[in-house]
Amino acid sequence: MNWDIIIQYYPKLLEGALLTLELVLISGVIGVAMAVPIALMRASKTPWLRVFPFCFIYFFRGTPLLIQIFLIYYGASQFEAVRDSALWVILKEPYWCAIIAFTLNTAAYSAELFRGAIQAIPNGELEAADAFGMNWLLKTRRIVIPRAFGIALPAYGNEVVLMLKSSALASTITLLDLTGMARTIQARTYTPVELFTAAGFIYLVMAAIVIGLFRYMESRFNRYQYYKPNVDQMGVDKQ
Amino acid sequence: MIDLHGFGHLLLAGTWVTVKLALVSLSLGLVFGLLGAAAKLSEYKVLRAIATTYTTLIRGIPELLIVFAIYFGGSALVMAAASMFGYDEYIEVNPFMAGVAALSIAFGAYATEVFRMAILSIPQGQWESAQALGMTRAKTFFRIILPQVWRVALPGLGNLFQVLLKDTALVSVVGLQDIIRQATTAVSATNEPFTFYLAAACIYLILTAFATAGTLWMERACTPQARYKG
Repeated sequence: MNWDIIIQYYPKLLEGALLTLELVLISGVIGVAMAVPIALMRASKTPWLRVFPFCFIYFFRGTPLLIQIFLIYYGASQFEAVRDSALWVILKEPYWCAIIAFTLNTAAYSAELFRGAIQAIPNGELEAADAFGMNWLLKTRRIVIPRAFGIALPAYGNEVVLMLKSSALASTITLLDLTGMARTIQARTYTPVELFTAAGFIYLVMAAIVIGLFRYMESRFNRYQYYKPNVDQMGVDKQ
Repeated sequence: MIDLHGFGHLLLAGTWVTVKLALVSLSLGLVFGLLGAAAKLSEYKVLRAIATTYTTLIRGIPELLIVFAIYFGGSALVMAAASMFGYDEYIEVNPFMAGVAALSIAFGAYATEVFRMAILSIPQGQWESAQALGMTRAKTFFRIILPQVWRVALPGLGNLFQVLLKDTALVSVVGLQDIIRQATTAVSATNEPFTFYLAAACIYLILTAFATAGTLWMERACTPQARYKG
């Protein structure tokens, strides 16, 4: 182990880590915003509404992320119409292509998670909402989404960690994220062991932070699950 | 239909490499997973600590980084070992081997958890009655526990195999001639990236569909009680 190399290039690696976080954060936020309507459609009772989300989820969960990135980054340039359109400003940048690919990918995975959560909401709660005379929009906004959010939270935390890991694929389209940075530097210095260990360590720290954040969020949003009434102090008999 | 300009056989050759890589990594990964689960449930603190470090490290590091570390780091280590014997030429680790190593290590870390939960789900009474019959711990594990663990672990392992199948794509980055690499070759000759990457994506969809069907069939085969109609 040559520690000098690690110390010398640590600022560069942290710069890469910042790009990694940026990619994950932007695509994560847009991905969730897309996943909610897709999950609602997927869980809907109207058959033809379920067709599009099914195909979308099936494609993005059934193919490797690498190929999705290549399809968007290299594939878009095959069509004259795309190259001439205003979209080309975005689609020729590897940064935006990575964000588009990550967003669609995470939207598909989280839509499937949210669908499971929506279907796990106890039927009685939905019936109670109906009994109050809530219309579909109000019921979805006040009951379905908040409840599904709490149920899906632990699984969504895992999805974010997986997304953090798969963001390493951004390095295959020339982006200098943490993996790309480590790879570029090792090509210059020929010290793969040191650089990949250092990069791996930074990934571990980032994953630990994400996991901790979601544990905290879960203890906040799903507080009712951990709530234990203090029966003795209230002077009620334990039977 | 999509015109593949006669590159179809290249894609098929790549598919075969991908399937081989996935199956070899699967069998090695299952061994890692079983060993990891055994270590996690062992009574020795050292073994438990090693297994926990293994799963925590691997599950927090991108698979692509593991592939790079084994491919580039592996050749550095092999070269260091070779130079001790006076051989100073450049040695490259075979990408297939590096891929198998990286993918099976990653699969093993996740499979450890699946196997651990499955082993814990087998009631303690099974161990006790096997002991009452005079079986050793090893014999109990292979004859009584493992066949039942298999049944509980199958759905989880099926999901992990899907992930593994898609992760094989990563090995193309270090030069393995798999589906994606072959598609890239075809792209540089024909300049039609969308066509060939879409064809590659379709091949992956077919492969994952086969993997799902295989898992469902195996699940059905090992739960005869679910089909019993009385």
